[in-house]
Amino acid sequence: MLYWLWLVPAVPFAGFLILVLAGRRLGRAGTAVVGVGSIAVATAIAFAIVPPFLALPGPDRVFTQTLWTWMRIGDFTPTVGLRLDALSLVMMLVVTGVSVLIHLYSSAFMDGDEGYARFFSYMNLFVGSMLVLVLADNLLLLYLGWEGVGLCSYLLIGFWYRDPVNANAGRKAFIVTRVGDTALAIGLFLIATHLGTLDIQLLMARAAAAWAPGSALPIAAAALLLGGAVGKSAQLPLQTWLPDAMAGPTPVSALIHAATMVTAGVYLIARTHVLFALAPPVQFAVAVVGAATLLLAGCSALTQRDIKRVLAYSTISQIGYMFLALGVGAWSAAIFHFMTHAFFKALLFLGAGVVIIEMHEEHDMFEMGGLRRDLPVTFWTFLIGSASLAAVPLVTAGFYSKDLILFDTWSSAAGGPWLWLAGLVGALLTSLYTFRMVFVTFFGERHRAPAGRAGWRMTLPLVVLAVLAIVAGFVELPPTLGDKPYFTGFLLPVLPAVAAIPARALDLGRLQIAAGLVSLAGIYVSWLLYGGRRATVTALMRHPSALVTRRFWFAGWGFDWLYDHVFVRPVVWFAFADRHDVVDRIYDGLAWSSRAGWRALSATETGRIRAYAAGVTIGAIIITTIVIWT
Amino acid sequence: MILAWLILVPAIAGVLAWAAERWSRAWPRWVALAGTIVDLVLAVRLWIAAWSAAAPPPGHWLVELNLPWIDALGIRFHLGLDGLSLLLVLLTAFLGIMAVACSWTEIQDRIGLFHLHLMWVLAGIIGVFLSLDLFLFYFFWEMMLVPMYFLIGMWGHERRIYAAVKFFIFTQISGLLMLVAIVALSVVHGRATGVYTFDYVQLLGTPLSPTTGWWLMLGFFGAFAVKLPVVPVHTWLPDAHTEAPTAGSVVLASLLLKTGAYGLLRFVLPLFRDAAASFAPVAIGLGVVGVLYGSVLAFGQTDLKRLVAYTSVSHMGFVLIGVFAGTALALQGAILQILCHGLSTGALFILVGALQERTHTRDINELGGLWPIVPRMGGMTMFFALGAMGLPGLGNFVAEFLVLIGTYQVSPTAAALASIGLIISTLYALWMIQAAFQGRSRETIRIRDLGAREMAMTAALVVALVWLGVYPQPVIDAAVPVVATLTTGPQGAAR
Repeated sequence: MLYWLWLVPAVPFAGFLILVLAGRRLGRAGTAVVGVGSIAVATAIAFAIVPPFLALPGPDRVFTQTLWTWMRIGDFTPTVGLRLDALSLVMMLVVTGVSVLIHLYSSAFMDGDEGYARFFSYMNLFVGSMLVLVLADNLLLLYLGWEGVGLCSYLLIGFWYRDPVNANAGRKAFIVTRVGDTALAIGLFLIATHLGTLDIQLLMARAAAAWAPGSALPIAAAALLLGGAVGKSAQLPLQTWLPDAMAGPTPVSALIHAATMVTAGVYLIARTHVLFALAPPVQFAVAVVGAATLLLAGCSALTQRDIKRVLAYSTISQIGYMFLALGVGAWSAAIFHFMTHAFFKALLFLGAGVVIIEMHEEHDMFEMGGLRRDLPVTFWTFLIGSASLAAVPLVTAGFYSKDLILFDTWSSAAGGPWLWLAGLVGALLTSLYTFRMVFVTFFGERHRAPAGRAGWRMTLPLVVLAVLAIVAGFVELPPTLGDKPYFTGFLLPVLPAVAAIPARALDLGRLQIAAGLVSLAGIYVSWLLYGGRRATVTALMRHPSALVTRRFWFAGWGFDWLYDHVFVRPVVWFAFADRHDVVDRIYDGLAWSSRAGWRALSATETGRIRAYAAGVTIGAIIITTIVIWT
Repeated sequence: MILAWLILVPAIAGVLAWAAERWSRAWPRWVALAGTIVDLVLAVRLWIAAWSAAAPPPGHWLVELNLPWIDALGIRFHLGLDGLSLLLVLLTAFLGIMAVACSWTEIQDRIGLFHLHLMWVLAGIIGVFLSLDLFLFYFFWEMMLVPMYFLIGMWGHERRIYAAVKFFIFTQISGLLMLVAIVALSVVHGRATGVYTFDYVQLLGTPLSPTTGWWLMLGFFGAFAVKLPVVPVHTWLPDAHTEAPTAGSVVLASLLLKTGAYGLLRFVLPLFRDAAASFAPVAIGLGVVGVLYGSVLAFGQTDLKRLVAYTSVSHMGFVLIGVFAGTALALQGAILQILCHGLSTGALFILVGALQERTHTRDINELGGLWPIVPRMGGMTMFFALGAMGLPGLGNFVAEFLVLIGTYQVSPTAAALASIGLIISTLYALWMIQAAFQGRSRETIRIRDLGAREMAMTAALVVALVWLGVYPQPVIDAAVPVVATLTTGPQGAAR
């Protein structure tokens, strides 16, 4: 059964090929069967692999499968090889499981779109690439998946390409992430040159043996990988593409820009954690990037009106938590939060998608309102997702994963109170913006009637994800609440435990109470501000400084403006100014001067004997002079 | 004798095609197509033979043909085939078929004469790839130039005469430089050994003083740099590529440029080992400039053919870097890049040509919103644009990645700078797609999507690029012996 592993990415690729080659002949139903069916088959295989995987002799169970040698030049022999261990198993299950739900949802959501087959072909290609990314046993194959998901992200953001806004958003996403990808590529060059391999396990072993902690090479390598990670995972300073990426269809935002692709950076760092452990300054930078991103994006989320943009900034912010966890060495806490986040954020996006089509493509939350009676299933599942995002204590998955991150940040030797405080403030922001969204969308006055389009294919995934958004947290119970760390224990063979300072670990209970209170306080405050008539918040917003701040946060802290002026405009200006290639002017000059010379010489050809005689005489005089003088 | 046939088949097919026009307008096309197919079959048979046979010892050729020609001057009709020339001959024959096929409806004027010129360019190119006598090499070098000049000048677009003359002057001047260097090399060799010869194998060991070596190397490098092209002698290329008919652009971009790369690998590196090694930093620097400058200029173009033409400047920069980086990885990457660039750029020119044939414009500003009208064309253009930006899974990625990784071993800075080209390639590739195929169409135009002939051509190119992207090993294996001789130089040995 384990040998079926290659089928998990291969089946989605096959679905892609079928849809591309026969898309128009399949018809709507056929397209849905192939598009959703291929993912369902891949998911079934992925889950069927779990029992035989667990039956492997433990504790560090590993299954590798080399399909073929990609290229062999001397001792540079990257393979097309898959590696299944605890980490990639978790990633594979989350990716396939969430994908199948979102594909089912999409089959209804995209119904009636002229690009139905095109949509599912891109989606299948995405799932296949994502699975290659998480299963690859070497960095070159990982890079293939990495670029593949970037391509699909571009194609799907710009899916409705007739509107240049969408196409531009897709292009922006691809270009910005490719800046990070290029850093990653250079990192690969460095690793291959100095460690002689791109096989992940081998390179980590060699790095640990050959490189001294804190020396230049591991710092450079880790920094370059971090460059790739911040691009893909939309962290500072390359976060600007993700809010615009909401131009894509909502299921795309749920799958690619919330649950799976954007967390690839987290996976990359966790996967190569040995390199980061060898480079303490870079690892600290990971934590700082995470902390700064989660605060900045949290503030921006607070000011958005578009429900999808709230969720986009929220995603950036939540991935910031994962980076914070990675930065303090809490590798498995990051993966835990990745998993719970995949469930509740996919749920929130899918719920937002229902709301948007029920509201006739309206994205502005302030044009909605009062939907809790009209859309009960959506409301309750959305509420569960929001509670999980806001980390409501004890009953939500988000509480357990975020709490673990906060605790590890506090107690880790690489962390500390300041980073913890950033995380705590972020938690307050999270529950503020989350419940602002809930109250504005589902409470208050009803502005318009829903269209009534959501069928079972859209509500079933919501219900399943809502269940997961609650129960997925119970796989990791902290010492104060049952002490059952199954999840981190399962990952322990791949991802080492946090190097905690024992004295700080005693504060767990107090930290949990603080985090729980902050979460509830945020909900309460947003109820005060947005639950009722919103008189307070309206008054507050009239203040000039509030206006300025809001506009600044709304625009994502001016990063777009900055990049536009520093990078985009100069490059575009140069490209267009030099459209006719300044180098060619040299040759134009040559051509011009020879033509001028020709003209000058032919001007002397007058046909008048007098002029010729004068010429001969003058020439003779000059030559004689030269002969005499020299 | 099979090597001579490789050259003779297209040459004869060209003459027959010319003669066949008197019977029907379709005949020249079929004759030319038959000629290129026969050539491809011959080349593939050679490949199979080379694969199944044991690798010949170093210094020997897979197949060789050595006939007397002008004995008094030590000039012989000496052809030889090794892995490198085999790959390039395969590429030439394969794209030769494409060049004939893509002219099927485009060329309606003096059809026989057109195919005569086309076939003779191909014959000249194959001759260049097979010659082991420097005089013979120069002969073929000129032979591919003249018909190309007429292809641009007679069947080209609006500014064809300007472009053709510019192309001719650039190549001719640089070719003369090379001729001087060839003769000088032969003379130096003759004075040192008493044997006056133009034979490549004998000239390989010519003892050269550093200064002489340096100047002669520059003579060769100049000719190849213009062909490749290297910034700043690249400016003939955008004009020639843009004004040429589709088949001309395909042959120029996919094959003619490759003769420059081939020349560097076959002559500059082995003949002038020390001079090339000391020149390497300059050449790598020029390559990096080419990668960046070409891609930025591509981004600024509004003429689709010009845009694709500038991408060639950028991609051939990678070849230059790879050749002079001199490590096994970089050299393998450069050879792969030669092939993959040939395939992907050829395909892009075919697609742009097909688009121009239908819309009568290449101007990006007049296009837009074509995807719903011609989805197959859109999908294919997307595919090859992604190839041009080096998407993993396609051959171009493997090639550029190997070049960069091999260059990193020599100069991390150069590799890092050239990597920025990967970002800029994203700019122009995506912009090209968006401008031509996305957005709203300006007016409701009705144009045909790709037909069966065009689909067959592009599909064959797709298959080839994917194959090189996921399993390039056969190509790598074919190039191993050549690469092994090139890396044993002073620079390669150090690595």
